Amino acid sequence: MRVTIVMKKLVIYGLLFIVALIMLLPFYMMFVMSTLATNEIFSFPPVMIFGNNLSFNYQNMIEAVNLQKAFLNSMIVTFSSVILVLFFSSIGGYAFSVYDFPGRRILFTILLGTMMVPFTAGVIPWFIMMSKMGWINNYAALIIPGSANAFGIFWMRQYCKNNVPISLMEAARIDGCSEWIIFFRVIAPILKPAYASLGIMQFVNIWNEFLQSLLILRREEYYTLPLLLKTMVSDRGTDYGAMMLTSTLAVLPLLICFLVASKYFMDGLTAGAVKE
Amino acid sequence: MILKKNHLFSVLKKYKVAYVYVAPFYLLFALFGLFPMVSGFMLSFYRWNGLGAMKFIGVQNYINLLKDVLFWKALTNTIYIGIIAHIPILLGGLVLAYLLNSKFVKGQNLFKTIYFMPMVTSSVAITIIFQAFFGYNYGFMNYVLSAFNIDPINWLSGDGSHIKWAVIIMFSWKWIGWNMVIYLAGMQGINKDIYEAAEIDGANHIRVIFNIVVPLLKPIILFTMIQSTIGMFNLFTEPFVLTGNNWNGGTNNGGLTLMMYLLNKAPQGGNLYGYASAIAYVMTFIIICISILLNKTMTREKSLIKRRMLG
Repeated sequence: MRVTIVMKKLVIYGLLFIVALIMLLPFYMMFVMSTLATNEIFSFPPVMIFGNNLSFNYQNMIEAVNLQKAFLNSMIVTFSSVILVLFFSSIGGYAFSVYDFPGRRILFTILLGTMMVPFTAGVIPWFIMMSKMGWINNYAALIIPGSANAFGIFWMRQYCKNNVPISLMEAARIDGCSEWIIFFRVIAPILKPAYASLGIMQFVNIWNEFLQSLLILRREEYYTLPLLLKTMVSDRGTDYGAMMLTSTLAVLPLLICFLVASKYFMDGLTAGAVKE
Repeated sequence: MILKKNHLFSVLKKYKVAYVYVAPFYLLFALFGLFPMVSGFMLSFYRWNGLGAMKFIGVQNYINLLKDVLFWKALTNTIYIGIIAHIPILLGGLVLAYLLNSKFVKGQNLFKTIYFMPMVTSSVAITIIFQAFFGYNYGFMNYVLSAFNIDPINWLSGDGSHIKWAVIIMFSWKWIGWNMVIYLAGMQGINKDIYEAAEIDGANHIRVIFNIVVPLLKPIILFTMIQSTIGMFNLFTEPFVLTGNNWNGGTNNGGLTLMMYLLNKAPQGGNLYGYASAIAYVMTFIIICISILLNKTMTREKSLIKRRMLG
């Protein structure tokens, strides 16, 4: 009996470790390749230990691309988008949860309905609209349309339903606070955990967004990190070492944040499924 | 009449705050969501190059689409990748979640964190790494194959038939962790006694997974399947970057997907805006059909289980 339990443990851990290795290997190889010379990267069997070409790759990278600029651009787009989404989602979700206004049911059903419709259906007119509005090479195209987030409102409503005490609002009303002040002073602090999860979800999605940015941002000075990485594939594809270093530096900040607070990230990014 | 109007005003005034709070969503959605969607449908019946006059041509775009060899290539590629990649994502996710849920396993969070890492990593960066992995003469994949005495595969060029497999491998690697975390959360909601009862009855693990866990997790599995189906039809970044930013999907259009083909008709490259809209609507139609189909199968099975339990 004991032997079978030990065997069982061994098999389970063995499988889990093998999968963990498969998941980690591409990251490890990315770090390794960013320290290798091109001829080492193209050697067979592959070199799997760190080399000493890091500073040379770094020089090549600096000559080829402006990483800081792209990083800054990504920050601008992502932070603006996250702040807007959190703001609109929380006031919307809050209103659906605490005010019993006429038409609430219908409006909420419509909101849920919009979540079923894929983005694909309107992609062409969406692009035409953006160019007619002069939003090509303009971050507004990436920030404003996406700030109406049906899922965010839905999710904030669920959170408000379970966590906002009506009595607290009434007390504030008796004290003479306006509805607006009540939201910012009394309600918003209660919503902090919900802001964190939704904010992380939005942050990761926008930070890594590629397709819309590719359509909208046509000039290199506006490129976000994913677009910058893409240019290295097409124009400077031969310099693998510099390309790997750029990739490493581009993904590392978010990866470190994830490793520090993985529980919040996983809760945020799977919120849609688990919060059914 | 005047009374009614006054009533309406008083209601609007009373709930002004609520309407102001929810209004931004509906305004933005109407402008940037609904309007493009409706005009996209109309546009699919026109011929338009983006500048000149629009010409109404009825269903001609859709007829041309049916005769378009590359459209069929993109459609079959997308479905092929979609179906095959779902197998490891669904089964692998379930098995990993099941293993992690076992009472022996310590360090559950560490494993979860590692499996989830690809989800926070840019698809472009992931594709760049895998592009190096799939190199013909030097890549890691062929190195692993050579260890098993298998001839090297020309993943990204050759006759282009292996590009799909490269995408499938990459996609499974990326999404397995997301599914696993969701399934695990679902499994932790299942009473542990059920597993123990099954174990005492002598049911093996495969039967426990398929007869107990899967039926109980149906709604969650359904959710992940609909999500990944939508994801599959929007598949673009991975094959695009993998083939060196090629709008044709690489050699022999081996990695051409619907999304890529649509954008290549307009606005990237071509200027067949009506035709591209028709492709977009065919895609939307298929996505909706699959979602309804998935929902139907799931609810039918649910009622079957209910009936079995009652009988």
